[in-house]
Amino acid sequence: MAETAQAVDTTRESGPLPSPRARRRYAIVLASLIVLAVVFGAGLLVWDNPVPFGTAGFWKVAELRGTSIIVMGVVAVCQATATVSFQTVTNNRIVTPSIMGFESLYVAVQTSSVYFLGAAGILAVQGRIQFVLQIALMVGFSLLLYGWLLSGRFGSIHVMLLIGIVIGGGLGSVSAFMQRLLTPSEFDVLTARLFGNVSNANPDDLPVAIPLCIAAAALLWLRSRRLNVVALGRNVSTALGIRHRSEVMITLLLVSVLMAVSTALVGPMTFLGFLVATLAYQFADTYDHKRIFPIAVLIGFVVLAGSYFIMRHVFYAQGVVSIIIELIGGSVFLIVILRKGRL
Amino acid sequence: MTSQTLPDRETRSRSRQRLLDWKLLVGVAVVVGLLVLSLYTGVYDVVGAEDGGEMFAITRIPRTVAIMLAGAAMAMSGLVMQLLTQNRFVEPTTTGTTEWAGLGLLAVMLLFPGASISMRMLGAVLAAFVGTMVFFLFLRRVSLRSSLIVPIVGIMLGAVVASVSTFIALQTDTLQNLGVWFAGSFTSVMRGQYEFLWVVAVVAAAVFFVADRFTIAGLGEEVSTNVGLNYHRVVLLGTVLIAIATGVVTVVVGNLPFLGLIVPNVVSMVRGDDLRSNLPWVCLLGIAIVTVCDLVSRTIIAPFEVPVSLILGILGAVVFVALILKQRRRG
Amino acid sequence: MIKLQGVCKSYGDEVTIGPVDLEIPRGGVTALVGPNGAGKSTLLTMMGRLLKPDAGSIEIGGHGVGTTPSKELARVVSILRQENHFITRLTVRQLVGFGRFPHTKGRLKPEDEEHVSRAIDFVDMHGLEHRYLDELSGGQRQRAYVAMVLAQDTEYLLLDEPLNNLDLRHSVQMMKHLKRAADELGRTIVIVVHDINFAGHYADRICAMKDGRIVEFGPADDVMTRDTLTRVFDTPVQMVEGPNGKLAVYY
Repeated sequence: MAETAQAVDTTRESGPLPSPRARRRYAIVLASLIVLAVVFGAGLLVWDNPVPFGTAGFWKVAELRGTSIIVMGVVAVCQATATVSFQTVTNNRIVTPSIMGFESLYVAVQTSSVYFLGAAGILAVQGRIQFVLQIALMVGFSLLLYGWLLSGRFGSIHVMLLIGIVIGGGLGSVSAFMQRLLTPSEFDVLTARLFGNVSNANPDDLPVAIPLCIAAAALLWLRSRRLNVVALGRNVSTALGIRHRSEVMITLLLVSVLMAVSTALVGPMTFLGFLVATLAYQFADTYDHKRIFPIAVLIGFVVLAGSYFIMRHVFYAQGVVSIIIELIGGSVFLIVILRKGRL
Repeated sequence: MTSQTLPDRETRSRSRQRLLDWKLLVGVAVVVGLLVLSLYTGVYDVVGAEDGGEMFAITRIPRTVAIMLAGAAMAMSGLVMQLLTQNRFVEPTTTGTTEWAGLGLLAVMLLFPGASISMRMLGAVLAAFVGTMVFFLFLRRVSLRSSLIVPIVGIMLGAVVASVSTFIALQTDTLQNLGVWFAGSFTSVMRGQYEFLWVVAVVAAAVFFVADRFTIAGLGEEVSTNVGLNYHRVVLLGTVLIAIATGVVTVVVGNLPFLGLIVPNVVSMVRGDDLRSNLPWVCLLGIAIVTVCDLVSRTIIAPFEVPVSLILGILGAVVFVALILKQRRRG
Repeated sequence: MIKLQGVCKSYGDEVTIGPVDLEIPRGGVTALVGPNGAGKSTLLTMMGRLLKPDAGSIEIGGHGVGTTPSKELARVVSILRQENHFITRLTVRQLVGFGRFPHTKGRLKPEDEEHVSRAIDFVDMHGLEHRYLDELSGGQRQRAYVAMVLAQDTEYLLLDEPLNNLDLRHSVQMMKHLKRAADELGRTIVIVVHDINFAGHYADRICAMKDGRIVEFGPADDVMTRDTLTRVFDTPVQMVEGPNGKLAVYY
């Protein structure tokens, strides 16, 4: 066991980025991500605009596209912040909050609207009130789940996770059955809503979505220091004076708000959050949530905007963007679980 | 492997119960009764109508035999997976095996549109084998702090595979068909289509012979080697058996969610953990549950049918949740 | 002073601990010894409020465990469990820095950095402080955890088998460190140890447990007797006079 003092290039400090090199690295990563985000964002706005630059029409088109960029921003903030926080409080870096029933609920709501009301039903679940109701439904569902399974003597996060997944699966099989009975044309109408897509978002919903998203994300960001400790697990964080269970509950509540906003806005994006969080840990290379969150959000935005830009202007196939992201996220998931580690 | 082993599942040879006793005979009688009921349930009047006998042979008998075989096979493969992983929450639905089989089936159907049923089965079995191997590989590479993590990862793995299937289906405009293919249902089972299911009878028989070895292999490579068992060969054999059962059942019947989870757990809850004397019960209960679910699915909205996977999915989810809650009380 | 009154805990139907009444005075090292399953770790965990007792009350330094807010308690008592696993990648120094959380709420000031440095030096890890925990051996990691608990700078320290994973040299060093922390820094340290001779030599007091109850508690010399140890461990134990005091011989 060689324990000779090795040359340490720093003075003795213990911050989240302990050496000048680590700080420089973090700054470079942050700056590059900002540049990429701006490039893709601007690219989506102005690239290939059919109307000549500077005219009124040009700005009209840019405004339309601007809405979808805002939607991407909201989704990036929601998914990135929610997944990182969720993985921290569950002490597990291979789960994502999206499998906890949010998406099954969304799919069930959309499917039953078409099932009971026909093709027109899809319109019946659009609108601001319906949007708020959907969010309330999802948050309510997760609150019930947390309240039931995390409190009391036998409260356990793993039990909560698994039961959430299984209930989601049960809902999913009911939806699958209803989908079978739809006519092909009704099914076509529904299909568009079953896959996450930025163009699913209704601009009318943004005034509700943006404040909710910002508020929940900001609250999580303000709790960064506590989250750093919660990440050390129940025993250590309790020993350090954190009220672990209530900390977990509060975080999960905020996570469910974020997930509900994202899902109700654009539809299911199962592995986007996972992909973003996994990359963010690699890039940020620190335990500090205050520094992980911005990186994760930026990566989320770059992934979304980048894939829309590439699929729209290089492959002319923007309809499949979210599925491509899902496939990449899914493959990353496979790689991560096959790497040796502890869970 | 898993950190929480299930020591009580070890076979206790000394206290081994007799394989055949009167309870088992009663069980067999009840299941036979259910099967007869299944034979005579349906819209078509097989007793009164002129061609009743023929219809009986074309649809009712194949359907009932299919129920028997599929029920027993899926219950057995659930048991094998639970033995190999020493985890009560593992079965083809919670490990992604079913989704892999579906992906294999889809791939064959799209690549070779005129593929025969045996080719489709081969595709499904191969994919199920790959998928199960991926899952076992994952289990061997990570050390887990909780037995509940295993199904969580397995279900997420299944979601990844399912999203690949969905993507392919969406690109080829077969999304709605996909639901029909994968939803387990005995509606379309008839003479000339179900015979391949007899393959899974071989699987069930094989499990009877080697069940004890699966238990030892489940204790890990070191323990197996120590008692002179070729660990890799046993795991490979188990995976092949699971893949065949899941693949064949997926192609002929469709998805039978949670069956492999409910049956072995209920049997060991009632009878304790004597593996060998439990085996016939696992078979019987598997058949019984599928028969009952199928009867419900045929009668609940008669003259139409609900896919049996819907009934089983809901029932399975409820039992699964109950099992988890029961385990958490034990801490 | 650590005061337990009628503390009970039951697991399932079979295992029960307590009722335990115990008063551990301030200062010095107290060792909890006993056979496997005697309830040593459970008792320690309850003292450190990581586990709620079914009945009874625990008081540490005048603070009721379970009635005092957790963050106040974290400045009075620190506890280290055996199994620690973190999903985040931390350097030794970052981990030890977390020990300051009860005092700083996550913002390290220069004097906190000094605390951290002192704790690291105390367990001899200066050269390793910028290494990541997953790059260390089990023993080195164990020492880093102890350093974190030391940096928490609490009057009471509860350590569950701190000698786990440590070889002979580091076990001796660890016990010397702990003894020094008790003697020089005036800490009150409660540890669970398996090696009865380590307890006999380094601890000031020994608390022997069996079947969930305390069978003997007193100065180390009083507990280190043939009859007591034989009774506690259900194994014939002889006492011999070693070069540095009494030794229990059980083989």
